[in-house]
Amino acid sequence: MKYVDEYRDAELARTLGSEITALAEPGRHYKVMEVCGGHTHTIYKHGIEDHLPESVELVHGPGCPVCVIPMGRVDDGISIARQPNVIFTCFGDMMRVPGGNGSLLDVKAEGADVRFVYSPLDALKIARNNPDKEVVFFAIGFETTAPSTALTLMRAKAEKLRNFSVMCNHVTIVPPLMALLESPDLRLDAFIGPGHVSTVIGCRPYEFIPADYGQPVVVAGFEPLDLLQSIYMIMRQLAEGRNEVENQYGRVVPWEGNLRALDILQRVFELRPYFEWRGLGFISQSALKLSQEYADFDAELRWDIPGVRVADPKACQCGEVLKGVIKPWECKVFGTACTPETPIGTCMVSSEGACAAYYNFGRFARSKERAGA
Amino acid sequence: MCLAIPGQVAEIVDPATHIAKVDVGGVKRNVNIGLLVEEPGGIDVGDWVLIHVGFALSKVDEAEAAATLSLLRGMGEAFEDELEQLKASDIG
Ligand code: SF4
Repeated sequence: MKYVDEYRDAELARTLGSEITALAEPGRHYKVMEVCGGHTHTIYKHGIEDHLPESVELVHGPGCPVCVIPMGRVDDGISIARQPNVIFTCFGDMMRVPGGNGSLLDVKAEGADVRFVYSPLDALKIARNNPDKEVVFFAIGFETTAPSTALTLMRAKAEKLRNFSVMCNHVTIVPPLMALLESPDLRLDAFIGPGHVSTVIGCRPYEFIPADYGQPVVVAGFEPLDLLQSIYMIMRQLAEGRNEVENQYGRVVPWEGNLRALDILQRVFELRPYFEWRGLGFISQSALKLSQEYADFDAELRWDIPGVRVADPKACQCGEVLKGVIKPWECKVFGTACTPETPIGTCMVSSEGACAAYYNFGRFARSKERAGA
Repeated sequence: MCLAIPGQVAEIVDPATHIAKVDVGGVKRNVNIGLLVEEPGGIDVGDWVLIHVGFALSKVDEAEAAATLSLLRGMGEAFEDELEQLKASDIG
């Protein structure tokens, strides 16, 4: 049964591939950015590029929440983790992200109580079970993850848990896209919109891309065929001279998003005037902090944090990778000084990071060859 | 942490705090279904949901859940890690 499915999928993939090729105008080069790190993972894992004509290039975007955390924020987190009486919690992916002076894993090895959790609600439970300790949750993620932190905070408030706080690093997906579209380094033709983020924010927030920049956006699912179909939908729009937001992942993503989740975000968070993104610099109104009503739970107000900007290591080119300006293998330290075991940059840490995806699936050889390097 | 894994609601544990027990490939753990309580038809035992960091993010049909699960199984290590973390989770 499985064999039949796989066979059918391979057939479909081939068909979509040739339809995409038929839609490509001779002599034109297409740059399509997949915004989401989950898509990057599927693309390299399943060799999506093998089905595309040479003229269609996939460019990786900034949609990996671990990858975009700047060094300064890691250091701020570490400074809290080092305080006496603190249990510092974060997602497992965050542990190995290098700060200016080591990672959370290093601090843990030095004796600090740093624990990784599956869910912010696990952090909340640790707080409940350790009333004489301060429990801090280092929150990261786009609009996909922010509602989870928000609901956790609402629960903490309802329970009047005084020993729980959140260091909020939640970011929003639209401002970096706007920054990329304004950037002179990169000329794109279209976007593959992120799937899970869009289950929360819906498809409307992308409408400025066709309206103001004349580029198609297709929100896509995570299966190999979803991606190929989305690229086909993009190529059709371009061939027919249309620019629209289309939803290929309608079976999961409602056009309007999840109104309840959006309402919860409104209640618990407010926009920061600006936030630093690793490699992308400061982007205005691109991140969330706890609202006035939740200020008591804001770890940044509970502790003095250094809050200084720490420049990325010289060798690190994550910024260019996150902007899609260079391919991961074009970074000088890729695969030599920077590997998943000893990451220099964040893109090598998370399995959604473009560098880790290239490294793990070894597809860089082919892309390199295509770029004529 | 970026994965959303499918599970089937096995029991509504606490309607007040929106905690439900879900079955993810045989592993049963508590998750929060608070983001979906206003979905048309609500959310009930037998429904399939995509779970992200301990919260049900969207309701899906059984075919979608099955397709997502087989895609995730194909991911190998990243999915194994996520499942291990889910197993260690103790939401209440
Ligand atoms: S190879 Fe390492 S340092 Fe270079 S861009 Fe990738 S993650 Fe950053």
